[in-house]
Amino acid sequence: MPIQYYIYLCLALFSIGIIGALTRRNVIIVFMCIELMFNAVNLLLVAFSKMHLAAASISDKASTVGSDGQLFVFFIMVVAAAEVSVGLAIIVMLFRNTHSVDINFLNRLKN
Amino acid sequence: MSKLVYLIPLFPLLGFLINGLGRKSLSKSLIGIIGSGTILASFIVSLLVFFDVKANGVSVITLFNFISIKGLIIPFAFQVDQLSVLFLLIITGVGFLIHLYSTAYMHEEEPQHFGRYFAYLNLFVFSMLLLVLGANYVIMFIGWEGVGLCSYLLIGFWFKNNNYNYAAKKAFVMNRIGDLGFLLAVFWLIFKLGTATYSDVFSQVAQLSSFDITAITALLFIGAMGKSAQIPLYTWLPDAMAGPTPVSALIHAATMVTAGIYMIARSNILYTMAPGTQSLVAMVGLATAIFAATIAIKQNDIKKVLAYSTVSQLGYMFLGLGVGAYTGAVFHVITHAFFKALLFLGAGSVIHAMHHEQDIRKMGGLKKYMPITHITFLLACLAIAGIPPFSGFFSKDEILMAALAKNPIYYYLGLGGALMTAFYMFRLYSLTFLGGFRGTNEQEHHLHESPSAMTIPLIVLAILSVIGGWVGIPELFAKDAHSLEHFLAPIFASSTAIADKHHLETSQEWMYLIGSTALIVVVIIYAINSYKKYQPITEESTGLGVILENKWYVDELYDAVIVNPLNAVAGFFKNFVEKYVIDGAVNGVGRLVGYGSRQLRLLQSGQVGNYLLIMVLAIVVFVLVWFNDITIVYYLNRLFN
Repeated sequence: MPIQYYIYLCLALFSIGIIGALTRRNVIIVFMCIELMFNAVNLLLVAFSKMHLAAASISDKASTVGSDGQLFVFFIMVVAAAEVSVGLAIIVMLFRNTHSVDINFLNRLKN
Repeated sequence: MSKLVYLIPLFPLLGFLINGLGRKSLSKSLIGIIGSGTILASFIVSLLVFFDVKANGVSVITLFNFISIKGLIIPFAFQVDQLSVLFLLIITGVGFLIHLYSTAYMHEEEPQHFGRYFAYLNLFVFSMLLLVLGANYVIMFIGWEGVGLCSYLLIGFWFKNNNYNYAAKKAFVMNRIGDLGFLLAVFWLIFKLGTATYSDVFSQVAQLSSFDITAITALLFIGAMGKSAQIPLYTWLPDAMAGPTPVSALIHAATMVTAGIYMIARSNILYTMAPGTQSLVAMVGLATAIFAATIAIKQNDIKKVLAYSTVSQLGYMFLGLGVGAYTGAVFHVITHAFFKALLFLGAGSVIHAMHHEQDIRKMGGLKKYMPITHITFLLACLAIAGIPPFSGFFSKDEILMAALAKNPIYYYLGLGGALMTAFYMFRLYSLTFLGGFRGTNEQEHHLHESPSAMTIPLIVLAILSVIGGWVGIPELFAKDAHSLEHFLAPIFASSTAIADKHHLETSQEWMYLIGSTALIVVVIIYAINSYKKYQPITEESTGLGVILENKWYVDELYDAVIVNPLNAVAGFFKNFVEKYVIDGAVNGVGRLVGYGSRQLRLLQSGQVGNYLLIMVLAIVVFVLVWFNDITIVYYLNRLFN
């Protein structure tokens, strides 16, 4: 499958993520949109990794070119998992204090 | 003995430091003793140095290197030769008498101001000694600036009176204009010859092109114009009367105004090589001599008359320098120092007795109240008028004879000035000492002769005014009697070798001499007769009289042409440039930062959505810039490779 399809898909996912994060006020949806962007990038990393490996394998069967891209995906997933737990904890605390998950109430952190 | 010459300026400097720093704790008598004693000590050392020079000749004493950079060494050196020792004797000798006189004249001052006064006076003498002792133009310039500063400080001594402060500022600014010329001349010399030391400059003078030498001498002369009060920079000297009277005596006789004469006499070879400048010097001097004399005729302030008389006499000295009579000019400096110091101190004595009344119309008949002042003043008047055998006769005659040999027009104009001098001096004398007293009864009741600290200097100076001229008796009277000329001959040797000599017939010379003296005597008798029975009149003077009373409106002219335009420009800078441009820029920066901060604060709204939006936009911008950067660099590389 040509790499362009992956890129279009990732672009679409990333754009959905950005637009969602910018336009929605519900913290949980914003949060999900951010995850969506993460995964768009992850998908792109994996796609390019595979592409490079395939290109290198033609001349050298034992090549490991592009495997660092997959490595990064794991890193990102681990970090994202940690980030999700912290973020959800913040949202829970926000809800306890304001009885709302509206993103605009976050400015109350100021005081 | 010449090795001790550094002591001469050192004593007044010490006196300045002690009196200046201790003015609040020392008693007045101690201040007076220190102030006068240091000058007396300098005078004694000067005498020793004088006899040493007479016996052993000239020497240059280098103390240390003042400026030493690649290719230019300016040593802090003292030149001890015939010219400088003569000036040393005048400065310290007359200076000492003036200091002594001041102890009595200034005794009404508070101790603190009394100390300040003597500190300034000592500093003044120190600067002047440095000026004449320096062995190069740079050291001379230090003294040159020093006397300018001290004149400012002393003219504005009574600083609570704003008019006096204006007079002091005027003196300083006028001097600064001249100093600039002097400084440029020194730079020019150093640029062309790589040295400012007299002996080197004078021996290499042939290397200078005629343009260079004319420009240098003209610039030096501008310096002399400022310091020695010549047209057009003379107006500060009459205003300098704002200072205490002994200060006027010091400025006019011993220090300051003779600096210009000294400088040109010192650089005589330069001027002899530049005939153009020399004629300029002669013409400016002559013009000043006559111009100031006309003003003096109509002045009614005793010190103003004397001030314009000084300007006029300085004009004669410059005339002498201009016609190549260097000895005559120096001779006139010496005799003038005696009789002008005497005149000012005598005037001070009168003012002291009259309780600070200076208007001669309100004096008169002081002869019987102040016998010593009267006699000494009369002798000084005779000396300045040029009656033989008083000192002024010999020196003025020498200058006028040299002028006659050079150009008869100089002589006749100079003689006219001399007649006016005789007239205004005896007008002053008659109004002050003859006739009846015209002041108030109370003033008359308090009239008294001055204390001995004031009369002793008067008597000494009177003796000097009478006999001072005998060091320069012309060839006409006795062969080889002009001891001053022989003494100064080494200084002016190279100039006399170049200059062409004019000699008058002996009979001719006698004729001019007797004729001019007779004219002067007639003028004196006329002046005494017209003003002996003077009664104050209320009617306004007319025509030329008004112009003369207003000093030819020169101050008004300067105000209109220079001062007011400068004030206007300064006002523009103060009210517009300062207020709107500079303040505007400074305040504008502050206001801009404040405004920018207020606008930036809006970004910090606390709305997470906004932050996100900004973040995304920023990323987009960065990415665009990044890619464009790469393409720009790429195309640039394409273009140049």
